[in-house]
Amino acid sequence: MIAAGTLSLSSFLTLGLAQAEIGPPEKEDLKFGFIKLTDMAPLAIAYEKGYFEDEGLFVQVEAQANWKVLLDRVIDGQLDGAHMLAGQPLGATIGYGTQAHIITAFSMDLNGNGITVSNDIWERMKPNIPKDADGRPVHPIKADYLKPVIDEFKAEGKPFNMGMVFPVSTHNYELRYWLAAGGIHPGYYAPHKGDTSGQLNADALLSVTPPPQMPATLEAGTIHGYCVGEPWNQQAVFKGIGVPIITDYEIWKDNPEKVFGVSSTWAEENPNTHLRVVKAMIRAAKWLDANDNGNRPEAVEILSRPEYVGADYEVIANSMTGTFEYEKGDKRDVPDFNVFFRHHATYPYYSDAIWYLTQMRRWGQIEEAKPDSWFMETAKKVYRPDIYAQAARSLIEEGKMEASEFPDFDTEDGYRDPQTHFIDGITYDGHAPNDYLKKFGIGLKGDDKI
Amino acid sequence: MNTQSTRSTPALLNIGRARLSLRAPSADTLSRIARALLLPLIGLLVFLFAWHIAARNIDTSLGQFPGPAQVYEQTLGLIADHKRERSREAAFMERQEQRNAATLAKNPDAEVRLRDYTGKPTFVDQVGTSLVTVLAGFAFATLIAIPLGILIGLNGALYAALNPLIQLFKPVSPLAWLPLVTMVVSALYVSDDPMFAKSFITSLITVSLCSLWPTLINTAVGVSSISQDLKNVSKVLRLPFMTHVIKIAILASIPAMFTGLRLSLGIAWMVLIAAEMLAQNPGLGKFVWDEFQNGSSNSLGRIMVAVLVIGVIGFLLDRAMLLLQSRMSWDKNAVVR
Repeated sequence: MIAAGTLSLSSFLTLGLAQAEIGPPEKEDLKFGFIKLTDMAPLAIAYEKGYFEDEGLFVQVEAQANWKVLLDRVIDGQLDGAHMLAGQPLGATIGYGTQAHIITAFSMDLNGNGITVSNDIWERMKPNIPKDADGRPVHPIKADYLKPVIDEFKAEGKPFNMGMVFPVSTHNYELRYWLAAGGIHPGYYAPHKGDTSGQLNADALLSVTPPPQMPATLEAGTIHGYCVGEPWNQQAVFKGIGVPIITDYEIWKDNPEKVFGVSSTWAEENPNTHLRVVKAMIRAAKWLDANDNGNRPEAVEILSRPEYVGADYEVIANSMTGTFEYEKGDKRDVPDFNVFFRHHATYPYYSDAIWYLTQMRRWGQIEEAKPDSWFMETAKKVYRPDIYAQAARSLIEEGKMEASEFPDFDTEDGYRDPQTHFIDGITYDGHAPNDYLKKFGIGLKGDDKI
Repeated sequence: MNTQSTRSTPALLNIGRARLSLRAPSADTLSRIARALLLPLIGLLVFLFAWHIAARNIDTSLGQFPGPAQVYEQTLGLIADHKRERSREAAFMERQEQRNAATLAKNPDAEVRLRDYTGKPTFVDQVGTSLVTVLAGFAFATLIAIPLGILIGLNGALYAALNPLIQLFKPVSPLAWLPLVTMVVSALYVSDDPMFAKSFITSLITVSLCSLWPTLINTAVGVSSISQDLKNVSKVLRLPFMTHVIKIAILASIPAMFTGLRLSLGIAWMVLIAAEMLAQNPGLGKFVWDEFQNGSSNSLGRIMVAVLVIGVIGFLLDRAMLLLQSRMSWDKNAVVR
């Protein structure tokens, strides 16, 4: 009770005053889950660099079989927290899929995904793609160039299948965004009619495949392309299975990707532990981006160990060290392909949450119209910048971080300025989600219902 | 005592001399040595060679299929990995002690404790986990199967009643049981400070469910086919029920029981690996699945190491049962293989 009292009091204090010191952790032995993707890096680094131990926490990090297992284990308490898809806490809280109140006070990274197609599809797309002076394809490659291939599939009466990692994953929304921007309908969900396949009216049929199995499924011909995080796009290039054609950085520059999710009951029971976890993760994120990605080679070595991501060093290094290899040999600089700390990457912006909610509405996962206020309230229920700010202030006070490295907590309202860097040129303003939905040619808006 | 030993020593020496004598060993001995050593060795070499050649010609999306050389290399890698992890554990413990000392210096009343290492389990740890789980599951299955087997072996009516159930459940795959067992264990095994991990209980029950049948059936058959002479002896002596069970039924059915136990242990080991793989429970099965998911160029080699280790352990478990059987069996001349 006393701790809770100080917490709420401290949030009213202005920055000039001393912050109340964070009390001892309520729970010291913790187990966090992750999926074998490079963007779990903050967890690995916080463990390996001893940041968790600095906070008096004894953490085990454990790879999980898939996103569903991971979420279920966070809900039933087998895991204290986990590396989650940004859409997972939101989806769970509004009751799409499994119903449970999950919150996040820490956003794990920006960008980091790519879309890969099989060699065969790439050969059929290639003639449509404009070339630059050196004869290399001009990037970003739009879905417009894939459309003729899909039309051929349709004419032959064959389904065009693509893989993504989870119904509420960033990858699902990014792949849909990219396809729809090129005039390819990715299909609607209709949960009120019991249809959760997301393939109603679809030109391209999307289905769930666990990330590590993407290359194998592509090679088997079950899917013709996929959207997934690293290292599974670079893996396809290395093994000569497929060709990554676009990164999510080019679909939406600096899009929020994974979050660190915990159940809201857990957060209420363990407020000090939660703050300390967030502190350790902020330090890890900072380390990952420090000295202009200077620590990345070491991070890649850590991630390539079998207990973390486990893929080969070269494969992980390809994207983690500021480059991205598209077609074999076509390696280009994408310095911001993986962002862990720059651009306030770790701050849980309400506007990021609202973007995900707009996409859930756009594709029918939210079956009916919701007022703007609903979007904002839901974001506030799940995204907790207040906890983040308290953890950050404690780090500043301990001299481990500078105030300039964070948003100005006194004035920050949790909404990014309207964002313009989308592949279709549409501007996103988190304050007006319903207006935003009206700008899309393909997708539900207003009172539309399936 | 003394005289006896001095007398026996020359005899021993004589035997030694006779063995070491330069007399050419008979053709019979030679062929026996060849049978015992040479043939298995040739078989092994031919296998290694064929494996080496075949591996070189299989290209997977994770690189070349591992041959004997890569597997040897990965074995060394896994051992080095284990040693590295143990030294990290030592460092972790040291850091904890320092931290605890600091806490105590600040506040002498503070409660401190040493925690287990939080790092990853190595290959060697996973082997240990699997062995403990399989033995626990097998022991649990045996505790059910032998008493039940004796009961239905002694009582024809009971046998007739239970036989259809046994036949029905015997062929069920562990993978079919697993989801049910997992859900039931999560629902029923609830405690704040559980003695065993849920994953351990799940694996144990799955293993038991699948491995108890051969022991049960063989014990029942063994008990029901005791020779009439023995039964008559028991009747003439008017042995009480328990004495009859212990002195006659169990002793007479030991060979059959052990045949069942050996089959059961073999099944238990196979089932465990599958269960660990599917349920992501700690152990060798999880090791194999994790490596598959890693998809690194070392993965297939490491999985192959696991395959060989699984085979060797299965073989050793079987030999151990055999040893136990020849110790326990009253018929020392019976051929066991």
